[in-house]
This record gives sequence, C-alpha cells and structure tokens, in this order.
Amino acid sequence: MNTLVSASDLVKDFPLRGSIFDVFSRHRSAVHAVDHVTFSIGEGEVLGLAGESGSGKSTTGRLLLRLVEPTSGKIEYRGREITRLGPRELTAFRSRAQVVFQDPNSSLSPRMTVGQAITHPLQIHRMGTPSERKERVLDLMEKVGLSPAEFLFRKYPHQLSGGQSQRVVIARALVTRPDFLVADEPIAMADVSVRALILQLMRQLKEEMRLTYLFITHDLATAKYLCDRVAVMYLGRIVEVAPRDQLFSRPHHPYTKALLGAVPVPDPLARRDKNLPRGEIPSAISPPAGCHFHPRCPFAQPRCRDGRPPLKEISPGHFSACILD
Amino acid sequence: MQTDDTILTVNDLTIQYPISIGVVKAVEGVSFTLADGEALGVVGESGCGKSTMGLSLLSLLRPPGRVTGGSIMYRGTDVLSLDQRDLLALRGRSISMIFQNPLTSLNPLFTIERHFLETIHFHDASMPRKEALAAVEKMLATLGIERKRLHEYPHQLSGGMRQRIMIGLALIMNPDILIADEPTTSLDVIVEAGFTELLATLRRVYKLSIILITHNLGLVAEIADRIAVMYAGKIMEIGSAADIFARPLHPYTQGLINCVPNIRLEQKDLVTMPGSPPDLVSPPQGCRFAPRCPRVMDICRQKPPRLLPHAPAHNAACWLYPERNGT
Repeated sequence: MNTLVSASDLVKDFPLRGSIFDVFSRHRSAVHAVDHVTFSIGEGEVLGLAGESGSGKSTTGRLLLRLVEPTSGKIEYRGREITRLGPRELTAFRSRAQVVFQDPNSSLSPRMTVGQAITHPLQIHRMGTPSERKERVLDLMEKVGLSPAEFLFRKYPHQLSGGQSQRVVIARALVTRPDFLVADEPIAMADVSVRALILQLMRQLKEEMRLTYLFITHDLATAKYLCDRVAVMYLGRIVEVAPRDQLFSRPHHPYTKALLGAVPVPDPLARRDKNLPRGEIPSAISPPAGCHFHPRCPFAQPRCRDGRPPLKEISPGHFSACILD
Repeated sequence: MQTDDTILTVNDLTIQYPISIGVVKAVEGVSFTLADGEALGVVGESGCGKSTMGLSLLSLLRPPGRVTGGSIMYRGTDVLSLDQRDLLALRGRSISMIFQNPLTSLNPLFTIERHFLETIHFHDASMPRKEALAAVEKMLATLGIERKRLHEYPHQLSGGMRQRIMIGLALIMNPDILIADEPTTSLDVIVEAGFTELLATLRRVYKLSIILITHNLGLVAEIADRIAVMYAGKIMEIGSAADIFARPLHPYTQGLINCVPNIRLEQKDLVTMPGSPPDLVSPPQGCRFAPRCPRVMDICRQKPPRLLPHAPAHNAACWLYPERNGT
C-alpha cells in the first residue's frame, strides 16, 4: 500500500498567556497538545485515532490539514511536504484533503442553502461551469442520501434533520473529489439510528470514491466497525497502534486495555472490566514524567518515570509504547 | 404491574406544548411503575419525550409545556396535585434528579461545601451546622472524594468529580428515587465506567430506586433491571433488561439494538433505520413508528396499537402481535 499521508515527529504546543515574570524565564508554559507523534496512512486505508478528551487526537487531525500550524515536525501528502506549502499550493492541497467536524450545525452557515453550501468549494477552487457545478452537486447529494436533491437544494440548515445536516457537510467535503478526509467525531452528536446511517454512508463512499480516512473517535466500538488500523492516543502521544483485529483481540498497552475494558456493551449479560485506572487524564500543561500514563497505570513501576517509552514493534505492524513489552 | 412494593405509578401521562403552529404532543399515554429498589431505564432518541417525561415526574416542566392528562402517584400522593410548598418538600427529599452537564447545575461562585450546606439548610433549617458537615463528610467518603475538595469551586474539579458532586447533592437528603437524565453523556469512557460503579454502590447504600434516562444502550444494559423504549412520545416496549436485549418484540427496539456498534461482536454491517421521527404536531394517526417500520402493515397506519403484554412481564405496542381479548 502506498503511503498517502504521513506525520513525523509532529509537535504542537499551545503557549499559555503567561504572567509578567515569564519575560525573565526562557520556558513559557504551554499545553503540549501533540508530543512527537509519528504515523502514516496508506492509500485507501481508514486509520482510527482513538482516545479520551484532551488526548490530542483532534489537534493531530487539524495539523494534518494545516488548519493549525505545527510547532515542529513534518507532514507529507503524496511525498510533498505540507508544512512548506505557499498560500496558493495550500489552497490546491485543500481541494484534495478535506474535513468533517462533529457538529454539523456549527459547520454550516445558517444563511446558505444546502445547494449554495455544497457548491461553495467548487467556486473557491474554480471548478466547472455553473451548470456543471449544479449537476455535480445534485449528483453528489443523491449519492450521500440527500434526496430528492432538487427539493433539498433550496433548503436552509434549520429546515434539515441532524442526519441530513451531517450529510450536507459530508457532501460539501467531497464535492471537490478529494482523496483524503479527516473525520473528527462525525457521529458523536448524532442520534443512535442516525449514527449507523452515517457510518454506513462513510463506508460506502470510501469504496465508491476511493477515499482515505483519518477517523477520530472516542468510541472504540465505532473504530472497530469502520477502521483498518487504530492508533490510541494519550496526553499527546500515540501509545499503541495496530491493525484493527490485533488491537481489539490482543491489546498490549495498559491504557489501551483500560479503554477497551471500559467500553459499555449493549448486552445486560456482559460486564465491563472492573480494573479501572485511577483518576482522570492529567493536565497537558505539565504531564507526568516518563510514561504519561504511569500515575494511573495498574502495572506501573518506578522505572516508568524514567524517560519516554519508545513505540516498539511487538509483532508485524503492531507497536506499543510500554517498557513492560 | 402494580405490586406492593411499587413506589411510583405513572398512568396514561400526556404532556403537550402548545406552540404557534399547533400543539406538540411530546408525551402521550405513557404508563409504567417503579418498584422499590428497582432501576428502570428509559431509552430513546432525541425528541422521543424521555427527558420531558422525566421532568414531569418532579413537576419541573417549563411553560408552555404542561401535563394535560394522566396521573403520577408517588407513595399514594398525586404529584400533579401538589402545591408549590409540597413540591419543594418532594424534590430532593423523596425524588431527586441529576442532569447531563454538571457545570450548568453547579453555581460557579459557590464552593462545594456551600452547595452541600445550602441544600441541607433548604430542606432542614434546624439541622446544626456541625451535624450537617458530618453528613457531608460521610457523603464525600461514599463518593470517593477527598475532604479538601470541599473548599474548592466547580471549575477546579474534573468532569467526573463534578458529576460525583451532583449525585452527592441529589442524595444528601436521602431520597427514594433518583432520576438521572443522561448522567454520563459528558464523561469520558473510563470516567463513565467509574461513575456506573459508584451508582451501583449508592444504590445499595441508599436503597435507591433509579430512573435512568439515556440514549446509550450500553449504559442502560449495565444499570437497568427493566427498560422502557420510547419513540415519538410513546412507550413502544417495556420489559426486563434481559428480555429487551435478548428478545426484543418491537421492530423499533430491534432496529435500535442492531444499529449500535458492539465492541464484543464482529459486525459486517450495521442494521440501519432510514427516515426520521415524525413531527409531533401532527403525528401519524396509527402507530407512530409505522412510516419507518420495516414490517409495517395496513392496520399500523390506521390505528395506534396499545401497549399490551405479549410475553410474561414484557409489553409491546405493536400490531405484529395479536390482541388477545379483541379490542
């Protein structure tokens, strides 16, 4: 499989507005949102990025599209370095790499009709004549299940259901025929029955339009359903990455195990794992030394505080960052 | 099922919201009972009326919403006939409620201690401060929260801790019933797992009955003894948690269960339910699920089915199952 997108040693710090004393100090405090992250996504692959809130998964997704500028590190798309693109090249890149966010209502302008919203990217990228644009938009609307397209074309976001709004956002992201889509919790706000429909749609579109996804989610059950490979993030670092079946059947990292054990199962006979990690995810301003997870880890040892555990390959394609491996 | 240990009986409850274009029939003909110590899950999607129904149990509906029919009996008292003073005594002491986002339920200017003391003082002004503090400390120990947190403000606590404080405030006056409306929706999965463990402990310690309102089938499977499935303002099916998940009768329940990704299963494809819930100003005249039902029949579009027993202690409102005594 050819690599489509890759990140190497990616870092994003959000500096905090410090006090006057910080002028004299070289170290200003910052939120270490993404902390030296390296991974790649193959063409046609769905990579899941899973973790709790504050793990840096959304920031990682935004970095890949340069919606936020990295502090350091490299991002490549088809072998070209994205971090060095000028404004015009960046615009061209954006027609190839798109994003869908969690809340469709805050992603759509209330003053634009469905048709205008989905046509807008074509105007920005100067694709097609007005009649070609309309034809492509109507076509795509039918494809994402916005039918009858002619009728919905003139509707405003407030006239749509939650499921329809998310379909509009997906259509708008795909109208320039990109090959890479960052989907940041696309179903988190949707109702249970709508979730299944959106997941099914994303799967079908991936095949039909030969898409590659970075699928960001806090829900491992959803990741299991959709992804080919899953990376688990904790406090800005990837702690484990593995092909789907391996991650779910043989998780290695204690944090991955904890996350998997905590997932609620829609079955009254199933029980969650009772070995829950202590406390909650600490602050990314001053994360724990060594392995970030050690203060909550049931298997922690004194040496877990010494230095960052590297991502080690424990079986082909399966990496885990734990000194116990 | 009315039995001796029933503490709450809701009968034929109907709630409407008059708005400019008509009347929203948010809840219609909802009946159920809650036994002492029982945990009832109320599941459904947004707009199905589950939260509206929950609020009405404490007479907390905001105008223009109001109960237009039916009754809510708590230990022989008709909640709907209570005046403001009696309602204040009921809330917190007999029935308490917690909501999704603890930050909007806590006062940012009050310390945790003040939240607790004010709650106690409101219900029992004669309790000496010392005694009240002792009760608060005991509660904190049950919640697994350190004593020093008493002097902190809500913004200093993590999301999981705030939700623990909320449930502590709800239970400090030792009520019989806790209504929890999406209590874990704002929490991360590991914190959620910790919260459900706490809920199980509190249930034992305080001999609580619980009404858990949620869209999260995983959560309800874990906590509830019995489950009511709501759709478009009506109960479609009610039965034991085991029966609802293993032998769901109503096509809506079946669809709901099958469309959720389950981490323990290999799911090639999820079952999907096309369409969306009906407009509750002019709902379908027959079964409200008929327009989306994969097994719809002629009668479904004409006459609403009644919620009737079709298996032991397992009721469903569906024409697929014949009415035994005719109509």
